[in-house]
Amino acid sequence: MKFNIKVWRQANSKDSGKFESYTVDNISGDTSFLEMLDALNIQLTKNGGDPVAFDSDCREGVCGMCSMVIDGQAHGPKPATTTCQLYMRHFQDGAEITVEPWRATAFPVVRDLVVDRSAFDRIMQAGGYVTVHSGPKPEPNSIPIEPEVAEEALDAASCIGCGACVAACPNASAMLYTSAKVSHLGLLPQGDPERKHRVLSMVEQMEGEGFGSCRNYGECEAQCPKEISIKFIGMLNREYLQANLLDQANPRGKMSPQ
Amino acid sequence: MKLESKTPDAPLDEMWSTHREHLRLVGPRNRSRYRVIVVGTGLAGASAASSMAAMGYKVDSFCFQDSPRRAHSIAAQGGINGAKNYRNDGDSVYRLFYDTQKGGDFRAREGNVWRLAEVSTNIIDQAVAQGVPFAREYGGMLANRSFGGVLVERTFYCRGETGQQLLLGACSALAQQTRAGNVKMHTRCELLDIIVIDGRARGIITRDLVTGEIKSHSAHAVVLASGGYSNVYYLSTNAKGCNVTATWRAYKKGAGFANPCFNQIHPTAIPASGEYQSKLTLMSESLRNDGRIWVPRHEGETRDPNSIPEDDRLYYLEERYPRFGNLVPRDVASRNAKDVCDQGLGVGPNGRGVFLDFRDAIKEHGHDTIAARYENLFEMYSRITGESPWDRPMRIFPAPHYTMGGLWVDYNLMTTVPGLFAIGESNFSDHGANRLGASAMMQCLADGYFIIPVTIGDYLSRHETDDVSGHPALQDGVLKAQQKVDQLLAINGTKAVEDIHRRLGKLMWDECGIIRSKTGLDHALEELPKLRDEFWNDVRVAGTGKQLNQSLEHAGRLADFLEFSEVMCRDALARDESCGCHLREEHQTPEGEALRDDESCANVSVWEYQGENNTPALHHEALHYNELQPTQRNYKT
Repeated sequence: MKFNIKVWRQANSKDSGKFESYTVDNISGDTSFLEMLDALNIQLTKNGGDPVAFDSDCREGVCGMCSMVIDGQAHGPKPATTTCQLYMRHFQDGAEITVEPWRATAFPVVRDLVVDRSAFDRIMQAGGYVTVHSGPKPEPNSIPIEPEVAEEALDAASCIGCGACVAACPNASAMLYTSAKVSHLGLLPQGDPERKHRVLSMVEQMEGEGFGSCRNYGECEAQCPKEISIKFIGMLNREYLQANLLDQANPRGKMSPQ
Repeated sequence: MKLESKTPDAPLDEMWSTHREHLRLVGPRNRSRYRVIVVGTGLAGASAASSMAAMGYKVDSFCFQDSPRRAHSIAAQGGINGAKNYRNDGDSVYRLFYDTQKGGDFRAREGNVWRLAEVSTNIIDQAVAQGVPFAREYGGMLANRSFGGVLVERTFYCRGETGQQLLLGACSALAQQTRAGNVKMHTRCELLDIIVIDGRARGIITRDLVTGEIKSHSAHAVVLASGGYSNVYYLSTNAKGCNVTATWRAYKKGAGFANPCFNQIHPTAIPASGEYQSKLTLMSESLRNDGRIWVPRHEGETRDPNSIPEDDRLYYLEERYPRFGNLVPRDVASRNAKDVCDQGLGVGPNGRGVFLDFRDAIKEHGHDTIAARYENLFEMYSRITGESPWDRPMRIFPAPHYTMGGLWVDYNLMTTVPGLFAIGESNFSDHGANRLGASAMMQCLADGYFIIPVTIGDYLSRHETDDVSGHPALQDGVLKAQQKVDQLLAINGTKAVEDIHRRLGKLMWDECGIIRSKTGLDHALEELPKLRDEFWNDVRVAGTGKQLNQSLEHAGRLADFLEFSEVMCRDALARDESCGCHLREEHQTPEGEALRDDESCANVSVWEYQGENNTPALHHEALHYNELQPTQRNYKT
């Protein structure tokens, strides 16, 4: 197969960037989208050009590293699929394919298709955890958890943190990402003691990073490669409301000197 | 090189507790005066960094990805072992120890293996407390499944994404410690070298992958959790970025490299399809619980697999190993797959594949049960191949997956360089010549949550909290690393890094893969220097060193693989026996099984660097069997 690739080239975060077009030929349908870009890069290298920078690591759909908008859709046209698991058999022979980075204020472009998603990590650092030290812990079966609840928590925890939800959202909102973690831990008994602090702190961080508000477009769910449900945004809103209504006293308290 | 294993002198089942009770401690007030570098944020690195930070040590954590959560532990699918005996099927610490030792073909230290089995139960408790949503039964209790090579059900899982959930658990603890200021996270930052001052590891040199800045970082101890080296084969189940650089640099600074030829080839990956194939995707081994493996009984079979009658199907594992059937250990399954393909019975492109068939399991258990167990794996398979396992058997083929070899460490997980520790896949310690399924995550988390946080204190407590950040060795390290980067950029030849890596991979797969022979290894050792010369004379690394430059990153990693591969072949040649994953053509039983030589090879081979262009020195650590006498592995009866 043969493709015309129109790809975003940008030297660094200060460069304004522009599209460049290239042709790649002799690509089999069983080649993944990233392998097609590898082929393009080998071609560019051999012809004295500069290869296209793009993020990828596991190439099996779970690390969340690959991040590109293909023909206007985050991770391309196939639902529930990351770019690394998108295959060229899903494109027409001879097609022109447009490839861009995630576009969001909170995700500045580093180079070409590579963006800086550290804002996501800071949201996680703001409360996406249960405070436990390493060491002996209670016997897990002493706290039974209904399988349906565990499964729903796992549905939320399956988020790979790729940022497609932000790229897909007209408002570049990070609500789906944030809500997935708030819901995962909120559903489980282990996450209960810190639930108020978690939702308030994570939402505060999210807003501070410059992500937009959720306006219920639903594009995040539609383009999420892991099909994280938008219902978790509802859960986050409920958690947030409850946390705001309830007592705001510092739950951690202070130890007074003796 | 002195190889003191420091295995405590105590009965096996009291070894770890006795050892822990006698280790020196650093008091809580003093811990913040010690700085520890942790390289890598997979299960071992993230759990070690977060655990040590929570104790009060100041930790610098490094990963080359843009976020710690993306380390390749995330892709582990099947599950994690824990000797909980929830199923009441006779499991115990002893039995997990036994299975690991037997699976590893008696090439691991008994003391280490026992400790691993012992702390396995704590890991499950720890993960659940962090909010890892393991599968549950109707009554709310944790569920278990069985895994290759064992006769009990002790594997805990989260669908097919156990590694993801365990890593997110460890990374959540890391995130908390980052926010608390105890961990300084360095993302998109790659290790280029290790700094040894006065015989102790005191820091590392890194390249900021975004700005290209080469910098030194000093500390009181360095912990490597940098994973394995399966990418020496180019095509493997590892992530694209996985590399040998950190452990190789450690080796060149005096750390012994143990058993580099022990590489596990995983039996159930999706076969390669074309020339641009960039990696192999693993299908969880748990599929072997219900799937039946077969090939057509006769060469030249052209019928659709579904219309091949039972008599014309060769269920070769079930026929050859009636007791374990499709659940034989990984090396046995891989070797047999290669064997039937070599006989011309393979299926799919180039005949390099065998069927993994769910037809009978669907008939027996029903669609819903099978879907509950494997649906996401089935989806993954159809996404990649365009074929549905519901309609036709999957095609699978072995792929390089996990490396049991790694830096030699003592019982405290310290390498032969004082102050340099290695944990998780980057060390050699617990899996012998072959790793049991669902034990990789267990070992990473055992090392990170429970072992290194304690043993590192013993080392640190013996040393001052001095600051060496101004030491000339650090500036010198920066300079040397810069020179190497400049050298790579200056070659300006005609070949892409990818091309040479692919050729290295093919050579290693052919000569140092599933089956090795003296002739093949000699051939590889002849070819490798030529390939290395070609790389250093004719590769083209585009761009500059002052920017994000992925060709440069890859070139640096490949340069190290090209050196490392030689030691790997030397090790395969020196190990004149077959054991576990390492099958030497010259040493097989009449039935084609691995033939160990316990007389002269019951040891760990450890390689010591002797300087550029010199043959490395080989040392041995003898293995002692007090609890379990080595037996010929037999999965047939």
